[in-house]
Amino acid sequence: MKEMYDIIVVGAGPAGSTAARVAAENGASVLMLEKDREVGIPVRCAEAVGEIGMNRIVKLRPEWIANRIEGVRIIAPDGTRINVQHDEIGFVLDRKKFDSDLARMAAEKGVELLTKAYVFDLIKEKGFVSGVKFRYLGEELSVRAKIVIGADGVESRVGRWAGLKTHLNLQDIETCVQMTITNIPLEKNYCDFYFGSDVAPGGYLWVFPKNENTANVGLGLSGVEAKDKSPIEYLKKFVEKHFPEGAVLTTVAGGVPCAPLMEKMVGNGIMLVGDAAHQAFPITGGGIYTGMLAAKIAGEVAAEALKSGDWSEEALARYQKLWEKEGGKDHMRAYRLKDPLFKLTDEDLNKTAAAVVKKPKAKHTIVTIFKTALFKQPKLIAVVLKLFLRQ
Amino acid sequence: MVQVKQDVCDFCGTCVSVCPVDAIELLEAVLIIDQEKCIDCMKCVIVCPLRALEGTK
Ligand SMILES: Cc1cc2nc3c(=O)[nH]c(=O)nc-3n(C[C@H](O)[C@H](O)[C@H](O)COP(=O)(O)OP(=O)(O)OC[C@H]3O[C@@H](n4cnc5c(N)ncnc54)[C@H](O)[C@@H]3O)c2cc1C
Repeated sequence: MKEMYDIIVVGAGPAGSTAARVAAENGASVLMLEKDREVGIPVRCAEAVGEIGMNRIVKLRPEWIANRIEGVRIIAPDGTRINVQHDEIGFVLDRKKFDSDLARMAAEKGVELLTKAYVFDLIKEKGFVSGVKFRYLGEELSVRAKIVIGADGVESRVGRWAGLKTHLNLQDIETCVQMTITNIPLEKNYCDFYFGSDVAPGGYLWVFPKNENTANVGLGLSGVEAKDKSPIEYLKKFVEKHFPEGAVLTTVAGGVPCAPLMEKMVGNGIMLVGDAAHQAFPITGGGIYTGMLAAKIAGEVAAEALKSGDWSEEALARYQKLWEKEGGKDHMRAYRLKDPLFKLTDEDLNKTAAAVVKKPKAKHTIVTIFKTALFKQPKLIAVVLKLFLRQ
Repeated sequence: MVQVKQDVCDFCGTCVSVCPVDAIELLEAVLIIDQEKCIDCMKCVIVCPLRALEGTK
């Protein structure tokens, strides 16, 4: 380990490893610090990604893919199933392997990496973040850097220490639990989404198969809905009802930011990426792709900033601009739709599903479902009109 | 005051994300609440997926 790096990345999730790799590819010296004992575990994730987006960032390797998804089904509160017609192929990843290999790919570009290295504060000088303080195997260490990239996940504190507003309001966090359950009957190539006040108020429940008899079964509730009953109570109830024979291989908790675009994700010598920058897509909670896309841009902008000798907030703000250009509009649209969508009553959902199922199969698309839901929930129409007219 | 049931906690950090005063510290398998900083807003208690936090006012 050196005393000084161009860049220190805090957190070795998919966003951190991507930012670190891209910055190193563009000539930066990079140190990445991870608090846990091993990159890639625990897996607090349902592991689903779409093929097209992901391949833009990193070519998906066969060994990262646990299962190929060809269909999506939406299940209404009364049990009505809609087999959603869509073209994009999806995958359920093996994120342990995926995260580990992303870190390995960064290392192969020269990134130095330590695990069991817990960052507890930033070094700040003359209005600039200029390094981190961390505990490593009983020692307290300080290492300097021109730029610190906070990729420290939903639990991020790096942004706060730099003076950025990162804490989430209750309505902007989905509180989740997931069990990986085996020995259950499944249709291997289908992902199922359950909706309703009984299964996951203010969110949804997912069943994503990893192989022919094992699936990630989990749910997320909006923080405001979790007051009376916690996610684990909902999940236990669902599992008892639907998978009484199942054996639980893994139980994990986790949170996903489903929040508006962050006002500021950069400062002098500091950038935030991934969940730390609330980049998960607000309706689905999918954050692997969006976080890696942002991290790629961040890595490029950071390397350019180093070359030009200017890593002030103004210089690094280019990252935020580029990222917002890529996904900002969709992100805010999804955010504004989240509330009215998740507030549909069970009756609205059932009526929507019943109406869609009556239509010819080819019309069972997300757009039809959406349009149908609109007519069941006039409040939604107003929101959608506003969103799309503003375009 | 908020207390952590260390045997229930999964160390996922959801609580940290909603703390308005940065009073929660998450290590790999330790969760520490700084009682000096804590303002008893109970947001962490509400969002904990496993109900591992207990609030007493
Ligand atoms: C239950 C659940 C299901 C999900 N399902 C999906 C899905 O199907 N598809 C999808 O796309 N997304 C999903 N997501 C979201 C996805 O998991 C995240 O968006 C993604 O992991 C974010 O990547 P990241 O690199 O930003 O953060 P993380 O993967 O969380 O990595 C952050 C890293 O930083 C480390 N760290 C934190 N603080 C410190 C510190 N102080 N010092 C050193 N290291 C630190 C952590 O240990 C961690 O390794 C899900 C999330 C949850 C909770």
